[in-house]
Amino acid sequence: MQALTQRAKAVDRKPMTWWEKLYLPSILKGMAITFGHSFKKRPTINYPEETRPFSPVFRGLHVLNRDEEGRERCTACGLCAVACPAEAITMEAAERIEGEENLYREEKYAAKYEINMLRCIFCGLCEEACPKDAIYLSETFAPSNYTRKGFIYGKDELLIPHPIQDPEGYAKAKGLNN
Amino acid sequence: MSITEILFWFLSALALVGALMVVLSRNPVHSVLWLVATFFAISGHYILMNAQFLAIVNIIVYAGAIMVLFLFVIMLMNLNSEAEPRKSWMMQLAGVLAGGCFMMVLVSLVRQTAELGGKTALVKEGNIGLIKQLGMKLFSEYTVPFEISSVLFLSAMVGAVVIGKKD
Amino acid sequence: MNTILLAFDLALFLEKLILIAVIIFASLGIALYTTFAERKVAALLQDRSGPNRVGPFGLFQPFADGLKLLMKEEIIPNTSNKFLFILGPFMAMTAALMTCAVIPWGNQVEMFGRTIQLQIADINIGVLYVFGVVSLGVYGMLIGGWASNNKFSLMAALRGASQAISYELAMGLSLIALLMLTGSLSMKTIVEQQMDSYWNILYQPLGFLIFIICVFAECNRTPFDLPEAENELNFGYHQEYSSMKLGFYLFAEYIHMFIGSAVMSTLYFGGYDVPFLDESTLSSNVAALVGIASLMAKIVFFLFLFMWVRWTIPRFRYDQLMNLGWKSLIPLALFNMLLTGALILAKSGL
Repeated sequence: MQALTQRAKAVDRKPMTWWEKLYLPSILKGMAITFGHSFKKRPTINYPEETRPFSPVFRGLHVLNRDEEGRERCTACGLCAVACPAEAITMEAAERIEGEENLYREEKYAAKYEINMLRCIFCGLCEEACPKDAIYLSETFAPSNYTRKGFIYGKDELLIPHPIQDPEGYAKAKGLNN
Repeated sequence: MSITEILFWFLSALALVGALMVVLSRNPVHSVLWLVATFFAISGHYILMNAQFLAIVNIIVYAGAIMVLFLFVIMLMNLNSEAEPRKSWMMQLAGVLAGGCFMMVLVSLVRQTAELGGKTALVKEGNIGLIKQLGMKLFSEYTVPFEISSVLFLSAMVGAVVIGKKD
Repeated sequence: MNTILLAFDLALFLEKLILIAVIIFASLGIALYTTFAERKVAALLQDRSGPNRVGPFGLFQPFADGLKLLMKEEIIPNTSNKFLFILGPFMAMTAALMTCAVIPWGNQVEMFGRTIQLQIADINIGVLYVFGVVSLGVYGMLIGGWASNNKFSLMAALRGASQAISYELAMGLSLIALLMLTGSLSMKTIVEQQMDSYWNILYQPLGFLIFIICVFAECNRTPFDLPEAENELNFGYHQEYSSMKLGFYLFAEYIHMFIGSAVMSTLYFGGYDVPFLDESTLSSNVAALVGIASLMAKIVFFLFLFMWVRWTIPRFRYDQLMNLGWKSLIPLALFNMLLTGALILAKSGL
């Protein structure tokens, strides 16, 4: 049979010489190898203090976006929920009433918007499906939680901070300052 | 009471209770462990008599090696109190008679020996049990028996290695 | 030993009591940090960083581990032999700690107008005492494994006992060659002889090699950790143990390592002797401190060696272990004994 690669090595089945039977040389050799490793650079990243740099296309936790005036963009059309292959998104729509124009951009908005982060596979299809640029995947990943319920993110967790009232938080959520 | 006496009585009690419990325990593993305790008490007596070498050799050989082998075998055979066969009363009577006779012989032997009569054990003095004196005795007075026994041990050891080498 | 027990000198009694307490707590503390060092060394050799969350550099990790063990539920299996089940870890720990008594941790210090020997008991059979206590260490394992009433535990206990007995033989034989040279069984005398001349390792390299292999086997350390071979016996002889009883077993292993290192340093590497330094030029107390530091340095080196080997070499198979012990080490030790005897005879000019 012809070897697939050049790296194949025939197994040496010669009986061991006296020197090899002593085992001590090979033990010492092995110990030299492990000792050499103690001087190598460690690839560990001490997570909360250090973070790994993300690629620009990284898909992390979702963010519900607002426009420049701080109005929610989402109109609760449900396209994201349809697009979601993991069926992680549920929402309830409500109609905007008089005096709420500064809160919601469109006449219809999401009164309830929930993403189950345990179901979500972070594929980003919701982001692509959204006609209003309302949902984005950010560069943070899901933090741990003590209960399963804690992983169902509601609007309070998903909504981006208000760009005028809380510009710092807004900038941070957009990832502008790092 | 001096501290020596307290130790002596404590060790004697431990040795006797241990020896009794070896016989009385239902569980063989407990018997072995009581035997180990007895050996310890005897080693303590040796130390009181300033025979440190004997004491430690007693522990190494008997408590450390032989008793471990006993335990080994008992554990492998999985003997326990339930597995013990019921002996008939004839057997039990025979056992008591044999044991009693043996004890009588021992007691009368000790009582009749002239050398032991009226003597008390040397406590905390005397250096016959120290390793140097023992070595001197073994290599001067008892050279031939010592060497013969050592050759015996060596041959046993070589025999074990030879048996092991033969695959 | 008996002069201490019998001549009831209160000051001496107190002095020894304090010394015993200090040494026991020191060995416990060192064993505590050896568990931490084990994890750190493992990380070091495997390009990881190891525990570093509890306290600065993870230095409080052993306390966190200990606390965790203490907090765990104490489980005693219903089918086990309760008394022996509890006796097992206790015996393992006691046997491990008993060896401390004869190791000379340093020369003497002068304090409060007294000269204090830094050795609990300078008995004239020190080496034999170590040997005796080591042979008792098997009981903790054997009793614990049997009392658990678990097949795996029993198997591990039997393995451990047979391994310990087999390697004790080679260990004793390699020690005999050393004792032929020193002519004394007292640890202190052996150290003093090495201070005056060279370390024993120069005279007994082969003996030391056999001895260190046997120490590895007696401590149940890799490559001889068959009694706790996880992948064959689940967890080994302490499988049914939980909480602090398990802690005792794990701890006893580290104390064994510590004591084993101390014995090796004392017998073959000059104990508290500092090479190329004339201790008589220093004052007594400074010399003692330097001596303790030197002994500790040697011990730390050996502890590192233990871990280094553990994270390098895979475990032996059981028949390989027995082959090594009976077919290689014992004949080799006998040969070493003969060689030493012949050389001593040749040197003394027949």
